[in-house]
Amino acid sequence: MNLLEARGVSKAYRTFSLVGATKAKPVLNHISMEIAVGETVALLGRSGCGKSTLAMLLVGLERPDRGDILFGGRSLTSLDKAGWQNLRKTVQMVFQDPLGAANPRATVKDIVAEPLNYLCGLTGQAAAERVRELLSSVGLNWAEANKFPHQLSGGQLQRVCIARALAPDPKLIILDEAVSNLDLHLQIQMLDLFEELRRTKNVSYLFVTHDLRLVEKFCARVLVMDQGRIVEQTPVSGSLAFSSSEGRALSAAVLPPMPRQLLAAGG
Amino acid sequence: MTSSTLSVEGISVETTRHGSPLVLVDNVSLTLGAGEVLALVGASGSGKSLTCAASLDVLPPGTRMIADSVSIDGSVLQRSTLRGRHIATIMQNPRSAFNPVRTMQQHARETLSALGISTAEEDERILRAMKASGLDEPERLLRLHSFEMSGGMLQRMMIALALATEAPFLFADEPTTDLDLIVQREILDLLDHLKRERRLGILLVTHDMGVVARLADRVAVMDGGRIVETAPVTDIFLRPRHVITQRLVEAHLSLYNRSEVAA
Repeated sequence: MNLLEARGVSKAYRTFSLVGATKAKPVLNHISMEIAVGETVALLGRSGCGKSTLAMLLVGLERPDRGDILFGGRSLTSLDKAGWQNLRKTVQMVFQDPLGAANPRATVKDIVAEPLNYLCGLTGQAAAERVRELLSSVGLNWAEANKFPHQLSGGQLQRVCIARALAPDPKLIILDEAVSNLDLHLQIQMLDLFEELRRTKNVSYLFVTHDLRLVEKFCARVLVMDQGRIVEQTPVSGSLAFSSSEGRALSAAVLPPMPRQLLAAGG
Repeated sequence: MTSSTLSVEGISVETTRHGSPLVLVDNVSLTLGAGEVLALVGASGSGKSLTCAASLDVLPPGTRMIADSVSIDGSVLQRSTLRGRHIATIMQNPRSAFNPVRTMQQHARETLSALGISTAEEDERILRAMKASGLDEPERLLRLHSFEMSGGMLQRMMIALALATEAPFLFADEPTTDLDLIVQREILDLLDHLKRERRLGILLVTHDMGVVARLADRVAVMDGGRIVETAPVTDIFLRPRHVITQRLVEAHLSLYNRSEVAA
C-alpha cells in the first residue's frame, strides 16, 4: 500500500515587492511519485532542483498549485483535524539545518518531549522515560538533556532533531539532507539506526540527498530530479548505473574511494 | 611567490572551563611546501579548525594561544603580516563570509587596499584572479551582492579574492562541505589546478576522506587536540598505523562497494 503519493504536482514561487509580484518561477513540474510501507526511497539531485520543495509538499507544509498529495489514499485537502494529527504522527521530518529547527529557548529534553505531549498524549514520568530512551538511541548522554541548543555542537543538535522525529513512532521519516553535516562515523551510526527501525518496525524513509554513496548503502529505489522534474527512477542493486544525463553527472562527481595513485596502479 | 616552506611550530590553544584551564590543541606542528596539499583530518571537535585559526591568529573569543611560531623558509613571521600577505583563506560557508549589503567589487577593493595596492592595479588583479577561478563575465559579477549568487559562484569568488592577494599559501577550512556534489567536484578540480599551475601550498581541513583521496599529497590526522599520525596520502590509505586513522579509512571505505575499492 502507498503511504504517501504525489499525483502530477506542480509548484511555482513568486516574490512580492512594492512594485507588485514578480513572474512566477516554476520549481516543480508535474511530479508523480509514491512511497510504499517499509520502503526506502532516495531523492537525488543538485541544489536548486526542487527536492526540498517536494518534501515540503508531501507533508503539507506547502500546497501544490496543481495536482494532489494523497496520504493513505486520501487527498491532503480533504483531511479533517484528526486526519492532520494522524499525518503529523505518521510522517515526521528532519531538516538540514538543526539550529533553525530547534526552539532556542527550550532545553533538549523539552524539544524531544514536545511531540510526545501533543501527538501521543504522553506527559510526566512516562514522557521523561521515553525521552531518555530516545536520546540514548541516537547516542546522546543524559547529561545533554538540560542543555540549550546553542550549547551543543551541530552534530549533537542534529541528533536531537532525529530523536524528536523518532518520538511519535512514525511510519515514514523524511530526511532532508539530515545526515550530511554529521561526521562519517555518526552518519553510519544513524543509518544503522534507521535500518534497524525499518527492519523491526517497518518504517519507510524518503532520503533527500546529493551523496550517492549513502544512497547505495541505504536505499532500495532512487529518484533523480533535475529542474523540477523526475528524470529517472531506478531500483538500487549493488552499484548504481544511471541512464539519464543528470544521473550520470551526479555519479561522475562521486569522490574517489582511494587516491588516484593507488587506483591507477590497479592495486 | 618564491617562498617554499611554511612551518607552524608548537601551537597550543586552551580555554577555561569551570575555572580550570582545558587544553584544546596540544603542541601541534605542521610544515607545508609550495605546490603541496596537506590535509588536516579528524572527527569534529578534534581541534583541526582551531589549529587552522590559531596559525592565522583568528581564534574565537574565550580561547587563548599559549605558544606558537609561524615561519617561512626559516624566518619567523610577525602575526599581523600573515593574513592576506603570506596566507590566504577560504571557509566552509561562503555565504556568511560576505557582507550582504556590499557588492563583490567592494569586497575586492577592501581586500586589496588593505594590502596597499593601488586602485589602478586592483581592478586588473581582481579580473585576472576571477578568470583564474573559472568565473566568466567578471565585470558583471563584480556588481552583484552575495544573495544574487549561487553557493558555487560565491566559493569561486572567495577563491578569487584569495588568489588576488597573491599569497603563496592557502588555508581551506572545509571548502566544499556545504556545496552539492557537482559543484564540489568543480571546486576540488579548481584547487588541484591552482596547486599545479601556481605552486600554491594548500592546507586542507576536512572530515571527508573522499576529499582527501581526491586532492591531498600528505595527511595529518588529529585526535583530541594532537596530531596522531602524519604520512603521505597513499600510506594513510594502504598502511594506516594509528587506530584513529584506521577507523577513519575503514568508515570511509565502507561507503563504497568492495569491488570498486579492489578495482
